Amino acid sequence: MVNPNVEGKKYPATAPYLVGREKVREFANAVMSKNPVNHDVFAAQAAGYIDVVAAPTFAVVIQERSLHTVLADPEADIDFSRVVHGDQRFVHARPIVAGDELTSELEVASVKTLGAHSMITFETKIYDAAAALVCTAISTLVVRGD
Amino acid sequence: MTHIDIAGLEVGQEIGSRTFKLTRDSLVRYAGASGDFNPIHYRDDFAQSVGLPGVLAHGMLTMGVAVQVAADWVGDAGKIVDYGVRFTKPVLVDATEGATVVVTGKVGEIDAEAGEVRVDLTVTYNETAVLGKAQARVRL
Repeated sequence: MVNPNVEGKKYPATAPYLVGREKVREFANAVMSKNPVNHDVFAAQAAGYIDVVAAPTFAVVIQERSLHTVLADPEADIDFSRVVHGDQRFVHARPIVAGDELTSELEVASVKTLGAHSMITFETKIYDAAAALVCTAISTLVVRGD
Repeated sequence: MTHIDIAGLEVGQEIGSRTFKLTRDSLVRYAGASGDFNPIHYRDDFAQSVGLPGVLAHGMLTMGVAVQVAADWVGDAGKIVDYGVRFTKPVLVDATEGATVVVTGKVGEIDAEAGEVRVDLTVTYNETAVLGKAQARVRL
């Protein structure tokens, strides 16, 4: 059972993650993107970006880093082997592009109990090096009870 | 601005469809790209030991491929400003057969003033929906 008292808890910002051009391409290939801006620097620049654009779900890589801090937090008491991903959303202020240096700050938005199960919703705000918001990632995990 | 004329769109209109073949290779590739190395996505013995019928695709992989239908349509993946899904059913990926995921996109809502369109994605595996409320907001 997830500790309901962690609702509202904020976790410290993660160390900066430098978005690499080849990582953007690797991720785009993994999600079977045929979108030129994900792969080709010239196509991305022609569309007005400074470098290749990350696929719409790339922010999960950054979200994961914040999530690890929560899963390692004894106060939250989340048994990872019982975790199922319930839902996921990415709200972008602007797309992530290669060269971005991103940090994330996670807040536990809510903890709900449904019978033996717990549902925990995280809101992860992803910022660039200029401290401007790039993306808000909202994720709900379902932790199965006995 | 994109090549799509918002005035010419209608709610319910199909914007595209794609079939994705997910194999164990796809899962390993996604694990490496995303950093999600949960063994339920590549080890049968581990998946079975935690009570699963077999190796499952990462929900995030299914989410990631599904939105490609909206990205293909708009032409610039950076125009997808908001994208959310619910994970309703797992996608079981057989070691030899893989799994086939079919994605169809339709215009769900048009906001001409904001220049935005909501694309609703239907994502099925074995003729069963595996994602719920899969919606991508696209800025035209």
